[in-house]
Amino acid sequence: MNDVTMDLFLQFTVIGLVLGSLYALIALGYTLVYGVLQLINFAHSEVFMMGGFAGMFALRAMVGPNPKFADYASTYPFILLAAFAAASAAGGATAWTLERVAYRPLRRRGAPRLAFLISAIGASIFLFNLAGKLWSRDANSVPEFFNGNKPIFQIGNTVMTLKQVIIVGVALVMLVFLDMIVSRTKLGQGVRAVAQDASTAALMGVDINKTISRTFVIGGILGGAAGLMFGIFQSSVTYTMGFLPGVKAFAAAVLGGIGNIRGAMLGGLLLGLVENWVGLFIGTEWTNVVAFIVLVLVLMFRPTGLLGERLGRSA
Amino acid sequence: MTTIEAPPVADPIFDVQHITLRFGGVVSLSDVTLSMTRGEILAIIGPNGAGKTSLFNCLTGVYRPQEGRILFRAGRESAPVSVVGRKTHTINHLGVARTFQNIRLFPALTALENVQIGVETRQRSGPISSMLGLPNSRRDQKASVARALELLSFVGLRKEANTIAHALSYGAQRRLEIARALGTSPSVLLLDEPAAGTNPSEKRELGDLIKQINREMAVSVLLIEHDMKLVMSVADRVMVLNFGQLIAAGTPHEIQRDPVVVAAYLGVAPDEAAGTGAGGEA
Amino acid sequence: MTSVVKAKRQTGLWYNDSFRRLIGCLFTGVLFALVTGTTGTQKDYGFGIKHSLFHDGKPPVPSVRVIVCLLIGVVVWALITYGSQLTARLRIERSDVVAQSLDRPVVKLGTGVLVAAGLIVVPLLVAPFWREVLVTNVSIVVLLALGLNVVVGWAGLLDLGYVAFYAIGSYMAAYWTGHLPVQPPFHVNPFLTIPFAVGACLLAGVLLGAPTLRLRGDYLAIVTLGFGEIVRITANNSEEITNGPRGASNLPHFSVHLGPIKYEWGSGQLPYWYTVLVLLAIVVVLFRKLEHSRIGRAWTAIREDEVAAQATGVKTVQMKLLAFAIGASTAGLSGVVNVSKNSAFAPNNFILNVSILIVAYVVFGGMGSMLGVIVGTAVLTLLPEVLKNYLPTADQPIYFGAILVIMMIFRPAGLIPAKRRRMELGQHDTPSAEAVAVAPAGSIGHVEGS
Repeated sequence: MNDVTMDLFLQFTVIGLVLGSLYALIALGYTLVYGVLQLINFAHSEVFMMGGFAGMFALRAMVGPNPKFADYASTYPFILLAAFAAASAAGGATAWTLERVAYRPLRRRGAPRLAFLISAIGASIFLFNLAGKLWSRDANSVPEFFNGNKPIFQIGNTVMTLKQVIIVGVALVMLVFLDMIVSRTKLGQGVRAVAQDASTAALMGVDINKTISRTFVIGGILGGAAGLMFGIFQSSVTYTMGFLPGVKAFAAAVLGGIGNIRGAMLGGLLLGLVENWVGLFIGTEWTNVVAFIVLVLVLMFRPTGLLGERLGRSA
Repeated sequence: MTTIEAPPVADPIFDVQHITLRFGGVVSLSDVTLSMTRGEILAIIGPNGAGKTSLFNCLTGVYRPQEGRILFRAGRESAPVSVVGRKTHTINHLGVARTFQNIRLFPALTALENVQIGVETRQRSGPISSMLGLPNSRRDQKASVARALELLSFVGLRKEANTIAHALSYGAQRRLEIARALGTSPSVLLLDEPAAGTNPSEKRELGDLIKQINREMAVSVLLIEHDMKLVMSVADRVMVLNFGQLIAAGTPHEIQRDPVVVAAYLGVAPDEAAGTGAGGEA
Repeated sequence: MTSVVKAKRQTGLWYNDSFRRLIGCLFTGVLFALVTGTTGTQKDYGFGIKHSLFHDGKPPVPSVRVIVCLLIGVVVWALITYGSQLTARLRIERSDVVAQSLDRPVVKLGTGVLVAAGLIVVPLLVAPFWREVLVTNVSIVVLLALGLNVVVGWAGLLDLGYVAFYAIGSYMAAYWTGHLPVQPPFHVNPFLTIPFAVGACLLAGVLLGAPTLRLRGDYLAIVTLGFGEIVRITANNSEEITNGPRGASNLPHFSVHLGPIKYEWGSGQLPYWYTVLVLLAIVVVLFRKLEHSRIGRAWTAIREDEVAAQATGVKTVQMKLLAFAIGASTAGLSGVVNVSKNSAFAPNNFILNVSILIVAYVVFGGMGSMLGVIVGTAVLTLLPEVLKNYLPTADQPIYFGAILVIMMIFRPAGLIPAKRRRMELGQHDTPSAEAVAVAPAGSIGHVEGS
């Protein structure tokens, strides 16, 4: 065990919360799709990646590769907003295309579950390698056009920087939005109906294909925004950025209860915290293994997750 | 509607005591108590949704009733074993075999292979001896083919032994499912609507087959059926479920005339049904 | 259900199925142009796209490439929309004729002899580079794939952490020949590490499988994926036990010292090639017997209808565990052979990618069909080397991913499908283990009939 001061602990906790909200956003994509299709959208990590790239492109288009803070001191929130819009749009578009190309044809042909998983894997491999080919396989820097490291909240020596506040803030807003959409709109009702019983929902007049499509898009919007957040957090995006956050977010979704929206949010936050605490107390080389251990343990001993229903066991 | 308790029997193969099965807020079986005599053909009837298949599922370990006990005695000398909480395949190894309402064969396998699978679950040759082709696995293989062919002949499907299961006619598929279940050497066979979707001559053959199984193979038969003619012709006793409760038990003739039963099927009150003088097909 | 929804459907062009298909094909054409086109750079993110799609990189004039690709898209669309009956008939007739002629014993024997002769002779004739490819990239991977085929193809379990067993086998070989920081109680001949590796993998397989095999397909996939990564990361982080990221090196090659018989395998490829061939032959024979035994049938039953299998007395968890253990042991064996040939390995050799690749080989070749798996794996491992000069290696994964998606859409049964699989995958209304004809306790609304 490492020596840990209160400061260090709080610092890692802050980071855990920031990353946790990111994981929560991505986890929602997995959980929503699992709810309606009982399918793990393995390629969701690439939706995240595309969002990151799109956000980065948008930022570069607006502020150039090496902007000066002073130029954007008052306009940066709007620029950020525009970048997030671009990232979300790209994420939604990627998710929509994915559903159309890699899943719908299989659904139409009544393919076995294994085929969906392989197709998802294939789509994932295709997408991130294509991104690498088109946009280089090195890390691509995300332009810093505002003083993201300015401390906003401070407790003793622990700070929460502007960047971090923005990430958590945007995540919160999107989560609230999602919760409202799912519980109060017709679309949300449709999603919940299809998740519970697709054939009956169809009998009630719900257009299954459209609902599934829209579910993917919603997940994609959230994932795409998360991609830009990640890019801002790391100050760079790469074509392989999707894998690790993707798996972690999936672990978070499972932890909270796959198919359960509040569960995905809770799982994301918990995972972010726990993995950073492990990094702090045991060593950062073990941070990444936490998600996998969580996955294995949860699926083995409590497949329903913390909040979820009894999905996951064979008959 | 009052639930009754079926009278206990001398040599029960199944002893169901006060089982209640709930799914969330829905009560599928409510305080059901009945016993099945060794060697009898017992029919369970009742309107749709009465809980008949749920009862089967409880007996075979697919569902776990929240309350009550289910005891099974494979042989006259066997000790009673509790079924609740055991895995389905364990219950099958104890001696309970079943068919499904919607026919669940192994569609891409041949008829012979379907039955072989049933027979082979009782064999013991392991992976090593199978891989090396040791004598005991070769013996097992020959034995399972022979027994499977025997059972296919018994149900009248010998000629279709090498036909892929899903290519068989509907009636043939039902018989194949029965053959597969018999392959597991059961003491009791649970048939879930075996006559559904078959024509009258197939139904007659099915009735004969059930009686043959009961007498020649000494297998007790528990049967869910809607077709009253079939029930009348094969069943020794009949029990009636409605809304998850046992409402009547007795011989086929007694049941036919029972006003409570008629009322259940017609959806009227028992005293109204008594006036109409029940009889014939429900 | 459909009549109500269809009645409300518009009759515009956008809702016409074949129009949508055309758009889809055109879109795929554009993607194809991007995939085969120019690689981008960091200096100009639009570079790759512009040069692939537009003439001289300057929009709006389209490039030759994209025009050709769009045309191909149109042709494919036409084939799908109008040629479907024609191609279906051709496929059936052709495959019937092919299948019938292939079934004749003379043809089978002849092909077998030719192939055997080829396998023995070809490596002697080709350049050392190709020999190396054949042994390391192809033959050992084929062995791995055959093992995974038992798990994925026969038992129907999706294992995305298969590489973990490969790793365990490798580390066992290193440990028992004394090449890890921790020393074994006694050193053994590299050949004799095989039983240790197999044993360790069997144990690991059972330990992993026992709590997880009752999970449904997707979940099992993810758990095994997690396990694979946990093994790798742990090996990477445990300096004192596994030598951390450096891995093990200087491992001895196979050797035999039994009295008068003395032979060292050395670092050459040929002895290993023939060794692996023998191993493959043994494995194929053993597995074939297994496939046609009661255990093979039980696996098929579980795959086709797990609920019915349980009701018929098949001990499903035991059978799945058995498949898992056999697959794991085969991977362990491959691990030993691989490291004794290449003398060195590191945790980086056991990344998730490897597991996914092998799953892809098995699925591509034909899950459940040993011949399909062998051919499919050989094709997918040889092709990248053969095409190295025409397709930059870095781009090859793009095609790989696309092939997977396309295969799943159009031919999920694989290149050389297992006979049963073709039947299974042709049915859309087969009740699978996930179907809810007999509902799990606790769920309303799915109770069968009464």
